[in-house]
Amino acid sequence: MAVDTALLAEAALRGPSARKAWRRSPSLLAGGTVLLTLVVVGVLAPVLLSGPAGTLTGDANLRPGGAHWLGTDPFGRDALARALVATRLTLLMAAGATALSFVAGVAVGAGALLAPPRVRQVLLRVVDAAVAFPSLVLALVIAAVLGAGAGSAVVAIGLAGVPGFARLTYNLTQGVATRDFVTTAHLLGVPGPRVLARHVLPNVSGPLLVLLTSSFALSLLEISGLSFVGLGVQSPQYDWGRLLNEALPSIYTSPWLVLAPSLMLVLAGAGAMLAGDGLARLVDPRQAHGAPAGTRSTRRAAAAVTDVADGADGAGAGSDDAVLVVDGLVVEAAGRRLVDDVSFRVRPGEVVGLVGESGSGKSTIAMAVAGLLADGLVADARELRLRDMDLLGRPPARRLATEIGIVFQDPSATFNPALRLGSQLTEVLRVHLRRSRTASRDAVVAALTEIKVTEPRRRLRQHPHELSGGMLQRASIAAALSTEPALLVADEPTTALDVTVQAEVLRQLRRLQREHGTAVLFISHDIGVVGALCDTVLVLRDGRVVDRTTGAALRAGAADHPWTAALLAARPGARHEEATP
Amino acid sequence: MTAPTSAGTATTDAAAPPLVHVEDLVVVLGHGRSARTVLDHVDLTVARGAAHGLVGESGSGKSTLAKALVGVHRPASGQIRLGGIPLPHRGLRGRRPDGLPRVQLVPQDPWSSLDPRRTVAETIAEALDPRRARVAPARGRIRTLLEQVRLDPDAADRYPHQFSGGQRQRIAVARALAADPDLLVADEITSALDLTTQAGILDLLADLRARLGLTMLFISHDLAVVREVSDEVTVLLHGRVVEQGPTEDVFARPSADYTRRLLAADPGAPGFTLDGAG
Repeated sequence: MAVDTALLAEAALRGPSARKAWRRSPSLLAGGTVLLTLVVVGVLAPVLLSGPAGTLTGDANLRPGGAHWLGTDPFGRDALARALVATRLTLLMAAGATALSFVAGVAVGAGALLAPPRVRQVLLRVVDAAVAFPSLVLALVIAAVLGAGAGSAVVAIGLAGVPGFARLTYNLTQGVATRDFVTTAHLLGVPGPRVLARHVLPNVSGPLLVLLTSSFALSLLEISGLSFVGLGVQSPQYDWGRLLNEALPSIYTSPWLVLAPSLMLVLAGAGAMLAGDGLARLVDPRQAHGAPAGTRSTRRAAAAVTDVADGADGAGAGSDDAVLVVDGLVVEAAGRRLVDDVSFRVRPGEVVGLVGESGSGKSTIAMAVAGLLADGLVADARELRLRDMDLLGRPPARRLATEIGIVFQDPSATFNPALRLGSQLTEVLRVHLRRSRTASRDAVVAALTEIKVTEPRRRLRQHPHELSGGMLQRASIAAALSTEPALLVADEPTTALDVTVQAEVLRQLRRLQREHGTAVLFISHDIGVVGALCDTVLVLRDGRVVDRTTGAALRAGAADHPWTAALLAARPGARHEEATP
Repeated sequence: MTAPTSAGTATTDAAAPPLVHVEDLVVVLGHGRSARTVLDHVDLTVARGAAHGLVGESGSGKSTLAKALVGVHRPASGQIRLGGIPLPHRGLRGRRPDGLPRVQLVPQDPWSSLDPRRTVAETIAEALDPRRARVAPARGRIRTLLEQVRLDPDAADRYPHQFSGGQRQRIAVARALAADPDLLVADEITSALDLTTQAGILDLLADLRARLGLTMLFISHDLAVVREVSDEVTVLLHGRVVEQGPTEDVFARPSADYTRRLLAADPGAPGFTLDGAG
């Protein structure tokens, strides 16, 4: 049966992890069980129950009761037995129609991808038109042309489902076809159809299998609908739709006759939908990791607070004036430690850099400070404090928004592309500081002028895509500083920029930071950038602080810790200087 | 700005044509009103066995040049000759003329350059035999290739998601080498990697070049990276060549204003400062 082969194929693709997935996805388990039961019924019922389902007896129109659980029809046949026997034909027809839609639809969709552009355009327009046409009406027309009967119902519903599969296949394959591995296969000289079969189709199989199950549920209902209106299965054959059709004339005298086929339809439809939903979760890796644990910040045992005086950050005396205090920060995700016992302080006007490679935990620390940890990450610390505000637990959103300014890595992703910059840049001022629209605009224009964004008033009326990456990043720094925050958190703010633009943005950041005396927590993978900008630098590796040094020492190329030395030596410029002194 | 005459003539063997000879190349992308000239009269010569660096910031057209060399983009005017033979204008699908040097491109993004559903062995087998891609007869060769890029040959039956970014990039290099290329085009292959990983890949490329006598076109936005692996450099700005010449000359005595700005913008460069005139 279509759905079960789909399940098996998916399981085969994923190997041993599929078994865990079964446990993780209760809806797949439930749906699979229902469908499997129906298949067993479909196999056994016609063999075991053909007697009570087909034999004419004198017990006509009996109400549901002892001998006949769901009553009998006008010819004295058992209603439940008939509904169970009808399972085989109904499932076979639905599976046949789904298989037809799937095979033909995937062929058309994949064919469109391989076809020359003109043919593709024609094909896609035809598919679009067919998608827009109600599939049941299309099926009615086809069934009317081919004549009533089980075969024509399968063909009709099968053909009606083709455009949906074709469109989805084309859209999915088109996304995969632009990936580098497909281009590379073309460049290696792999013939087009083989690229399709080898690289493209396997990578879209997940969503297609999900559609397959929901398409099965839909075909089931549509075929039953056709039989119900008399265009599907004809006597003496019967499926659930035909049973409903036969029950209709006596709906007022023996209403129990609609019960059995309706129940079976609901059960099969729900089973297929549940299985489809479960498959979708299984295929989508973002949903596969179970429910997110939620961001939770709990204070550790109060006794630990006494350790603060250790000065693990080397801060020494006078640390009370610190803008940011991070002591013993731990961030965990599903039992894995991303950040392990990190402590540091940021004093007023100080620029503290966190440097490390990907996975070192540097961004996680920044997000824990800003209260922006992703779902499923849990932060804990002996102390996490911004001036007098405790950042553990639930700090007031308004203070958080105005006292911490944040600049993210990718300026093109920071802004909403649909909105003008004006409303986005003034948002914090308007919403959290309750400033008027004009006052907010004037403040932001002043901030943009200060960071040397050209034509600041016009920029506010522009959409993000009209500005270059460097201009956008200056704008986000300006907006972040417009509330006069106590701390600016900059998470790889120049990584997405060209090197000449990066130098200019860093210069402006440095200048504004000096003029406003803002404390900055600066995150970067680039030890050169950190060395140039920061006063104090923490070198991170695997979530731990491995070295504490200064920007001046990094600029001079001095490193005590072997990992810091390794990072310095890995800079291509540094390597070259070594090679040819 | 006028484009300097093609560099590298000194190293070109007078008898044999250079492996890559790009002359007055113009590439226009898009149609009608959205058409943009991405490469504007570009000249480039790479001698057999040389390593040429192509530097530019985003939008400079350096990746477009790489794609034009493998036949993905069709020139609007100008010519590309590989080993003296004009590159056919039929893109990917046409038959290659006999004797046309083989070019392999290693793409930038290690996460999208390998098919997630195919093992390393299957990926490399496809480069060895594009039609059938059978793994069994190619086992020995796959082992050799993986050893060449310093990966554990026993990892051949694992899937890409089991490797780090740097390891994936090594697999991509192994796949490119499997096709026995005359020219290897490396398009920003280290820019998605950590610095220490990048250092390993750069060492690998230098080593491969020394052992296999590969000709390389190395594309990067990072001058320092290019400096490390190239004999000659071309600097692109807005689709035009602003500077071209032997690497050491360009770094020691940059002639173009833009090259000087690029050099000065490297935060690791001596004398780089964030203070002063903004």
